[in-house]
This record gives sequence, C-alpha cells and structure tokens, in this order.
Amino acid sequence: MKKPESVIIALAPRFEVGAKSALQNTQLRRNMGKATQTIRAKRAAVVEELSDWESLRVAGQHIKDEVLQHLDTYLVQLEDAITQAGGHVHWAKDAHEANEIVTRLIQATGAKEIIKVKSLTTDEIRLNEALELAGITAIETDLAELIIQLAHEKSSHILVPAIHKNRSEIRALFQKSMNLPELTDEPKELAAAARQYLREKFMTVRVATSGANFAIAETGSVCVVESEGNGRMCLTMPDVLISVMGIEKILPRWQDLGVFMQLLPRSSTGERMNPYTSIWTGVHADDGPQEFHLVLLDNGRSDVLADSVGRQTLHCIRCSACINVCPVYERTGGHAYGSVYPGPIGAILTPQLVGMAHADSLPYASSLCGACYDVCPVRINIPEVLVHLRGKVVAEKQAQPKSWFDGENIGMKAMATAFGHRSTYEFAQRAGQLAQWPFVHEGYIEHGPGPLGKWTAMRDFPAIPPQSFRDWWRERQRDE
Amino acid sequence: MQVALFITCFNDTLFPDTGKAVVKVVEQLGHQVIFPEEQTCCGQMHFNTGYQVEAMPLIRRFVEIFSQYEAIVSPSASCVGMVREMYRFAAEVHQDVKLADEVALLAGRVYEFSEFIVNRLGVQDVGAYYPHRVTYHPTCHSLRGIHVGDAPEQLLRAVRGIDYVPLTQSTECCGFGGTFAVKNADTSMAMLGDKIRHILDTRAEVCVAADNSCLMHIGGALHRQRSGVRIAHLAEILAAQE
Repeated sequence: MKKPESVIIALAPRFEVGAKSALQNTQLRRNMGKATQTIRAKRAAVVEELSDWESLRVAGQHIKDEVLQHLDTYLVQLEDAITQAGGHVHWAKDAHEANEIVTRLIQATGAKEIIKVKSLTTDEIRLNEALELAGITAIETDLAELIIQLAHEKSSHILVPAIHKNRSEIRALFQKSMNLPELTDEPKELAAAARQYLREKFMTVRVATSGANFAIAETGSVCVVESEGNGRMCLTMPDVLISVMGIEKILPRWQDLGVFMQLLPRSSTGERMNPYTSIWTGVHADDGPQEFHLVLLDNGRSDVLADSVGRQTLHCIRCSACINVCPVYERTGGHAYGSVYPGPIGAILTPQLVGMAHADSLPYASSLCGACYDVCPVRINIPEVLVHLRGKVVAEKQAQPKSWFDGENIGMKAMATAFGHRSTYEFAQRAGQLAQWPFVHEGYIEHGPGPLGKWTAMRDFPAIPPQSFRDWWRERQRDE
Repeated sequence: MQVALFITCFNDTLFPDTGKAVVKVVEQLGHQVIFPEEQTCCGQMHFNTGYQVEAMPLIRRFVEIFSQYEAIVSPSASCVGMVREMYRFAAEVHQDVKLADEVALLAGRVYEFSEFIVNRLGVQDVGAYYPHRVTYHPTCHSLRGIHVGDAPEQLLRAVRGIDYVPLTQSTECCGFGGTFAVKNADTSMAMLGDKIRHILDTRAEVCVAADNSCLMHIGGALHRQRSGVRIAHLAEILAAQE
C-alpha cells in the first residue's frame, strides 16, 4: 500500500463533496472565473501566432516518449554527468526517503532557515512539514507561494497557487502578517511589500531548495523556469543548493530544450518567452552555490510508467494549460481535488501516484469535454486516461466491494445484460414506457426516483414517448 | 447509396422524432435508409463510466451488426466518437487484435449526420424552411471528439427563413458528460447555469445541437426555468419544410 498522504491533502473529502462546498463560495467563483478566462485568452492568442504549433506538440510528445522508453539509461547518464561536474546525485524511492535526504543535507550545513524556489515536487513530498519537524524553517520565495504560506493555506493551482485569492484579500493578509497597516491593494505596492520581506532572506540565508523543470542527460544541466527572478536569487546566492526532481523530468539532449522552451511559456503563462530561465551544470569555483545536490524522486512514478495507457501522464511539463481551460476546475477551484495536483492533470496523476482506492472520485471529476487534450503541449490524451482509470476504479470495487449494496454496479450490469440482445432491449424499452407513468406530468418528469432524482433535483427529464423509433420504423415498413 | 442508420439507444427510446428526421432528410437527398433492427447500444455509457468489461460484448456486437454497411450514419456525435475513437482504445486495452482490425476497417465508414451531409454528400442546402430564431451549441464530442468543424452551421445557415444567432462561449461544455451529470450533479449544474445564461442572451426560441444527450441536459434546465426556449436536434430543423 502506497502512502497517499504525501500527495493528497490529509482527510480531503471526495471530489463531489469538496466541489459542492466550493461552488457555494461566490468570491471564489468570481476570482476563478476571471483568472482562468484571462489566462485562457492569453494562451490562445500566443499559440495562434505559431504556424508550427502542432509540430511542436508532436515533437514534445515524441521526446517525452523517448525519455520514458529509455528512462533507466538517461537517469544513469544524468547522474554521471552531474557527478563529473562536481554535483551530487541522490535517489529517493518515496517522499519519506526524499525528505530524509534533504533534511540530512541541510542539517549538515547547520542552517535553521532555508529559502525555496517554487516547486511542486517538494510540495508533493511535503518537504516543508518534514523540515519543520526537524526544526528547520522553509521560506517560500515565489510571491503566490508566499501568500499561501502566510495564509496557512494549500495551493489551488500548480502555477498560480493563490489564484483563488483577489488583491484585496492579499492586502488584508499582508497588512496582518507583515505588520503593514497602511498597505493599499495596488499590485505594485503588494509586490513591493513582498520584495522587502524577501530581500532580507535572500541576503542572509545560506541554503536553498528547488525543484527542476528539466534536466539534460547528456550535459548534466538542470533547468528552472520562473517569472519573478526570486528563483534566480535562490539558485545563485546561497552556498548550498538542493534540488528535488521527479525522475520523468529528464530530457536526452541539450537541443530538446529548444522544443520545450517554446511549448512551456506559451502554454503556461501565455508568454512568448520565459522571463527567468536558470540553467546550471554542477558547481563552479567562486560562482554560485559551491555545493549542489540533486534528489531524484520516484514516489509512485515507476508504477505509472508500468501502465501502457497511464504512462503518458508522465509527459506532463506542469504548464497548467489543462487546468486553466477546464470548465470543472474553473468552477470548483483547486482545493476540491484534495491534492497538490488539481485540475485534469491532477485527476489523472493523483490516483496513479497514490493508488485508485485513495482517490477513486478523481477520475470522475470531468465531463470528458476534451478541452484539456486540445491544449496539452505534449498531447496527453487526458480524457482517454480518465476513462482508463475509471475502468480500474470499477474493476477494483467489483473485486473488493466496499459495501454489500452497490446500486450503480447492479444497475449497470442489468443494463448491459438488457443491451446484449434485441429482445431484452425492446422489453426494457417497453418496461420504461410503462413504469414511468406515476412520475410523468405534461411530458416531463420533475421528481424522479432513485438515481434519476439526482438529475431531476436540478433539471427536468423528458418522458419516454409511447412510440420508439424502431416501433415507428416497423409500422412504416408494414404500411409500405 | 445505401445508408445504415445507427439510431443509438438514447434517440431510439427518448427522441424518436430525430430518427424520423434523419430518415426524411437522407431519403430526400436520394439515398436509401436501412435500419438494422438488431442494434441496441454502442456501449458508451458503460465504457466511459468504467464498466469496461460489461461494455466489451456491446462493442463486439455493434461491430458485428454494422461491419457489412458502406455508410453508417448517426444523429449522435458522442456515439460516433465512441465507435471511431474509443473502440480502437477498447480493443487495444483488452488486447483483442481481431476486434482492433475490424474496428480499423469500420471506423472510417461511420459518420455523424451533419458531416455525412456536408462532407460525404457535399450538400449544404437540404431545402429546409424554418422561420424561427435559432442558436447552435457545438457539443464537445462533435467539436473536439470527431471534429465535425462548421458542418452543422453551414447546414443551418442554408435553411430558409431561419434567424440564426451565434452563441457566446459556444465551445464550452454544457456540463452533461454522461454519468457526470449525476455523479457530479452540483458541478454539472454550475456549468449548465452559464450555458443557459448564454442561450437566453441570444433571445433564440430554439437551441440546436448535434447530440440529443447534451440537448436533454440543456433542455432540462430550460424547461425547469419555464424559459420559453425549446431544444431541437439539427436533423429536425433540416427536415422542416414549408
């Protein structure tokens, strides 16, 4: 049994339950609607500019396919290249091991405070909490990540963690936590307040952690992509840098980066070029950190790799285009997904990392509208993976029923049997026509029984007409 | 040409008028409609809800019944998507090589109604007359699943007497999503609420689409609100005459 607590937010309710309460938060609905529609339009406009966008997507997909086909080889190649360049590579099979390694490395420096580059992988393993237990304070330096940390909240978006907050909410938070009663809600002033707070940390803290967007196997270079420059400060100012990276983030060749540096900024922030792209190879005397560690994290990824359909999930470059375009996410926000990874990518990644049993509502958190697949820069067929995972959820519950009565399972099996033959199908049609009469008024059912009640609680349902199409067809054949 | 009608269990049972309209339009264009009466359900609901073991016999059954026909036409983009896209996937996952081969041969001959008329027959004007204000919702499976493009709009714009009004944010999902509408009823309704708002903004009398399943969802809310707007499948508009 895997440890779901590392990826899933502890005690998170099922998706539909979390969604129901989020949907009632009118401020959240307003904030999310505005933010997602703005970024969606921005992305669409810059993608439209490139005539070779589809070829870029295919190239991205093929490079990632190649990486996954030969992951073992590339990982060892990366380790050799980094070691040769004066860095150190560590292997962690799960969150626990990764946290232990990072904690040990920090303890060896004697530091009690570290600065962090925004990183999903360290969120996934809950590094901050593990460090806190060891008496080490981790300071988030990404503006949105800082907001979340100061508010003692969880991120609701992989790229814009505070997307659910508007500027007046952020103003109130800064006024309180930074003791700045005069602060207004002007974005410039809010950024300046955060800058003031962070500058002191950049100048004094000697150890930093980061994630990694890419690592190049042939050169041993590691790459972090960000927009603020705060990441660049963390990557260059301290003496010791510890980066934690999922094993799938590798690229075979230096030139592959060219494809992804076109795909990523346009897909994520809707920018033509990324503002701060930091790439480093090992350590260099008198330039940047003098000690560099890369922790390669598995944490369930090998299991994902073993599934021929689910495997494509590991193509993900965490751009968040699927999240921004998702009509479900737009309305529920990220917290309903109960995971570090929300939205469509979260709905397929989380259950695969933690096991179906711990996240069986997530593959159903989608109307399969396909908008995510259309925008994915590495062509992950998210709807297909969702359907595949639903198959696993049902197969698991049929093998080990959680309760003695499963109405859905009984109903689905009965319908499948009826659909198996023309005669039973036609009999079921007739039965439906007859059985509905107590509920039908003026051609509609407004209060349906059983599962239909979930439909009719909010929508009317058309009554089954007395003559089916096939009845009409037969009548027509007879008359001719 | 002989055209086999894949009515879908949903339309057969709940929306027989759509099937009648398809028969009328295709026959008027000079083609012969055949209705293979052995057909029941393509298995989409079972497959997409995770009941894949249960869906497999339905998939094999469909392939067996329809393999012999030259052109198979259906008034449901989502069921066509099931046959054209998901059958291949189902065969792959269940490692059924024979089924995969049969699906590969069949898939190219399965058409959604509007793409059959516009792309296969090369007709935009079917001679319909429909003097009403109409808006069109491109369903997710017609748009992103099987890429019918603007075929439905081409057909609608050619209808005489029609007052066609485009829909704002038309490409966004209405929130139906099959069992999603029940399993995640609250989120589904939040999505539908916005779709209904855009439809009402057009002041149309009729909302048209290429899938009665999405239309049933949209129509369910329009009727609940006593909005005075009705739904109609594209085929029914095209079958209307002076």
